[in-house]
Amino acid sequence: MAVPEHDPLTGYKTTGHEWDGITELTTPIPSWWVTVFLASCFVAVLYMWLFPSFATTGGYYRGSLGWSSRGDLVDDVAAGRAAQATWRSALVATPIEAIEANEDLRRFATTGGRAAFGQNCAPCHGVGAGGQIGQFPALVDDDWLWGGTIADIYQTIRFGIRSGHEEARDSAMPAFGELISAQEIDAVARFVLALSDPTTLASRQQMPGAPIYATNCAACHGAAGEGGRDFGAPRLNDAIWLYGGTLEDVRKQIVVPRMGMMPAFTTRLDDETIRMLSVYVHTLGGGER
Amino acid sequence: MASNQTEPKGHAIIERSTTLLFVLTLFVILIGGLVEIVPLFKVQETVRPVPGMRRYTPLEQIGRNVYTREGCYTCHSQQIRPFRDEVERYGHYSVAAESMYDHPFLWGSKRTGPDLARVGAKYSNAWHVAHMIDPRSVVPVSIMPAYAFLMNKPVDPEQFGAHMEALRKVGVPYTQEMVDRAADDIRAQASGEDADAMLERYPKAKLGDFDGQPDRLTEMDALIAYLQVLGTLAELPPIDTKVEARP
Repeated sequence: MAVPEHDPLTGYKTTGHEWDGITELTTPIPSWWVTVFLASCFVAVLYMWLFPSFATTGGYYRGSLGWSSRGDLVDDVAAGRAAQATWRSALVATPIEAIEANEDLRRFATTGGRAAFGQNCAPCHGVGAGGQIGQFPALVDDDWLWGGTIADIYQTIRFGIRSGHEEARDSAMPAFGELISAQEIDAVARFVLALSDPTTLASRQQMPGAPIYATNCAACHGAAGEGGRDFGAPRLNDAIWLYGGTLEDVRKQIVVPRMGMMPAFTTRLDDETIRMLSVYVHTLGGGER
Repeated sequence: MASNQTEPKGHAIIERSTTLLFVLTLFVILIGGLVEIVPLFKVQETVRPVPGMRRYTPLEQIGRNVYTREGCYTCHSQQIRPFRDEVERYGHYSVAAESMYDHPFLWGSKRTGPDLARVGAKYSNAWHVAHMIDPRSVVPVSIMPAYAFLMNKPVDPEQFGAHMEALRKVGVPYTQEMVDRAADDIRAQASGEDADAMLERYPKAKLGDFDGQPDRLTEMDALIAYLQVLGTLAELPPIDTKVEARP
């Protein structure tokens, strides 16, 4: 057996192996390294003891601190809610029509409403609530399909329009392409366009489309095209056209109507947030008293 | 050397036999594997069940295949993490049971676009169609590519039963009835007509024409049917429920 020898120069021993007169030192690992290594091992075991760390036959070891990321979240959400508790409870306790009268509450609601609007409403109605021509209605003007009081807006956001929710605002315009002739559709489309053209004020009742309109359209859209909010029937006597205002657009809309659908947000957002959104939308410019 | 003449002792025995070294190395490695894997065999259910979850309807599953094929998961994640900012924006964090019928998982790992785990019922079908045809038309700052061609890619309802059988082999528990009635269910969901039997098999399925082309069944129908169901099935307790009280 090779015998380790003491090396007088370094003070360490050799391995005892010798290759043609060459021997090798067994220099020990530096003590600082050993200390750090052992400390790391200790921290690893400590961590395993404190935190959820390994699977067991009954689930997993939950750690002596009982920490979990979901538990953290519950605390975070609770802290966030607590910070807003005064305002949130005031939002729910105040009748929705009275929220705007309270200056501080209105400011809280519009600020929160703006954030919620960006996430939930802006994709369709636009970041500035200007709507998308040919697609989704603007919310900054005073042309409302289903009503522009804050209570109307609150109901629309909660239950949606044709959303499938049992309390949703719902209506359906018949596809007149199957009910009246192409000629009649053309005539009534011209009459509908004339409703918003002041130069036809005296002559429009003599147009061939007038009696067709009176029979088929007036029940929902009103005799003078003033619209009917009970059915979400748009005003036809203004120059605002959601799906286009050319003769061809109007004709298409009569043949096979497009009807907007808005989701019910009561399943997605809490009541406080929906109230904030209602106040925000109501104060954008077109809100009705 | 002197050691050649003496019998090896202790660790030297192992070092001098490749077979013994191999066997003992394998044994040591196996210990690590066993410690990690064996408890999982004994856990009754690693996925805690959540009420409301069901298998995807055939039409939704076709849409899911389109989603996979087009690589939507490379830019959209489908997992909401348990942080307040994510929960405030997207809704309840994702739980394991919500992915129990996913083959493959489409959780994704990058959010170039927003998370889609709860995008279902957030927008109208018309919005999805407009957004797929030209994303910039509804979201001006979007960098998403257009998928207008899906409007012209027909879906063949007849062939899908075989795909569902394949999914059954990898663990999606489709019943034989579901496989046999796949074509009917696809047509029922996309038309909204005669959908009672289909709704019994797949509760809470969204019905009707999805892509605005009532006379055609396209991949756009399927994809939107899939998007509209995401995150709408699981019935989860409010987010501030204590963790111990959760399902």
